[in-house]
Amino acid sequence: MKKYSESHEWVEVEGDIANVGISSYAVEQLGDITFMELPEVDSEFSKGDSVAFVESVKAASDIYTPISGSITEVNELLIDAPETMNEDAEGTFIFKLKVSDMGEIDALMSQEQYDEYKETL
Amino acid sequence: MSVENMTVTTIFDKSQEGRKGLNLPVLDVEAKTTLDSSLLRKEKAKLPQLSEFDVVRHFTNLSNKNMAIDKNFYPLGSCTMKYNPKIAERVAGLEGFSSIHPHVITNNMNEDVQGILETVDMLEKNLCEVTGMKKFTTTPQAGAHGEMLGIMMIDKYHRSKGNKRKYIIVPDSSHGTNPATATMVGYEVITIKSDANGGMDFDDYCAKMNEDVAAVMLTVPNTLGLYNPRIKQLCEVAHKYDALMYYDGANMNAIMGVARPGDIGFDVIHINVHKTFATPHGGGGPGSGPVGVSEKLMEFLPDLGIKKVNDIYEFTTGGKNSIGKISPFFGNYGISLRAITYMTTLGGNGMYNTSSKAVLNANYILNRLKDYFDVPFGNKCMHECVISAKTLAKGGVTAMDIAKYLLDFGMHAPTVYFPLIVKEAIMIEPTETENKQTLDLFCDTMIDAVNLAKKAPADFQHYPKTLGVCRPDDTMAIKNLNVRYEQ
Repeated sequence: MKKYSESHEWVEVEGDIANVGISSYAVEQLGDITFMELPEVDSEFSKGDSVAFVESVKAASDIYTPISGSITEVNELLIDAPETMNEDAEGTFIFKLKVSDMGEIDALMSQEQYDEYKETL
Repeated sequence: MSVENMTVTTIFDKSQEGRKGLNLPVLDVEAKTTLDSSLLRKEKAKLPQLSEFDVVRHFTNLSNKNMAIDKNFYPLGSCTMKYNPKIAERVAGLEGFSSIHPHVITNNMNEDVQGILETVDMLEKNLCEVTGMKKFTTTPQAGAHGEMLGIMMIDKYHRSKGNKRKYIIVPDSSHGTNPATATMVGYEVITIKSDANGGMDFDDYCAKMNEDVAAVMLTVPNTLGLYNPRIKQLCEVAHKYDALMYYDGANMNAIMGVARPGDIGFDVIHINVHKTFATPHGGGGPGSGPVGVSEKLMEFLPDLGIKKVNDIYEFTTGGKNSIGKISPFFGNYGISLRAITYMTTLGGNGMYNTSSKAVLNANYILNRLKDYFDVPFGNKCMHECVISAKTLAKGGVTAMDIAKYLLDFGMHAPTVYFPLIVKEAIMIEPTETENKQTLDLFCDTMIDAVNLAKKAPADFQHYPKTLGVCRPDDTMAIKNLNVRYEQ
């Protein structure tokens, strides 16, 4: 089940690995995505750290990791085809993370909570 | 609309083999060159061949296609597209100024350019007076260059005191150049969110401030067109930890003659004189970004300054703590001349009036539009206002669509989608030089756009309708940029 952060990342956990991407709402706000910078595999991050970077026709923005852990895989496809994000944001992971604290995932928003949160923006 | 206006042909397309602008008499002596043959071209340069008249017509037509401040209302937020007084052009064009060779400076021929050095001195002193800083340097070549110089001096300040600093604080409403400059000089950026009033969240700022912070970079008033009433407190908190305050002077047009960054507590400032003091930069430059410092940073100023000894201006180099040479010249001197002309023509009261009217004009627009657009931060602003097309966008008409619509009415679009923290942002800076009729025409057109957006949102996809190009593909332009001409 997907969980969301206030800075519009989504997290989906399989075992102790979390897939992380950005929400379709975030991608709509950014417009056509033209460039993405991905983290290095094996690098360690704490919750809230800036991990990746996305550039669109409208803006440039950091992507933060909503949970702590070390990077196990990045989606290399996005380097040559960042537009994949516009086609299917919720189905495209940006990086995978070995979760160090499962408790951090519980603290994130559910789909319903995220939908309510978007209304307040 | 003629075909000429629809398509852009380059001067190369108009070239005709053998056509010339100038006919020289037949060469009746032996042709000789002193250059080594290895330096000579193997084939002729591919220059366009045209008559003088062809060239004049080509460039006149091109210039007519340009949307420029001399032709159109240009409310581009944060860019201060004001009228560039002709007296400033006239002074900058005087032969004594315009024909001087730049290398008189590098060759130390100061005695030949006393008048020029006097104007440099005048500009530095005038900028000190307007900003309350101790000393200015006009050597940076542009605003971003000045910004980098400022942060490099702050870096040197901390190093010279043995301070180990890691971070630079910026608000989330900052210009993109602020975090970019901080990163280039080797700092990590801490971004502080804005509070409900549009200022930097004070509690979060205090929580993040400590002895690892090198500096705080602020634009005052900020990019939302708001003056933070706690600005002095922000400076005091930073100074407690010996973090320095950097003033991004992009919005100086709001406070000339009203408030001085030096008095507020800022340690370093760059001023985009090409915004505030004539020479609007819409033509793509050149810019100019003099930097002013407080007492604390005097010793770090870059190489190349001037001082008066026995009534003669001499060049000076930086002291032993100087960050060194950042430019061989006194910036873009032509822009400096326009700035000094502008300042001396207006005088102190004139500058106060200028800022007052810039603020009045922006507030007039905000208050005429506040019932038609979303207004994220109330109905008062400084020299520019940020409104939002958030509600309209739900019906399908975005800030970009409104911007494109305006083009059909002979107005340049305001800045859109900036600052990043306002959804569907439209940032309007009318400047002091527009009259009420122009402001009303703009507001009426904006209100017409809102009414049309509610009635027929689908229509907006087709604006602008009267220009040669409707909607260029931005994404394609970024991903497959090709600016090379091929015949």
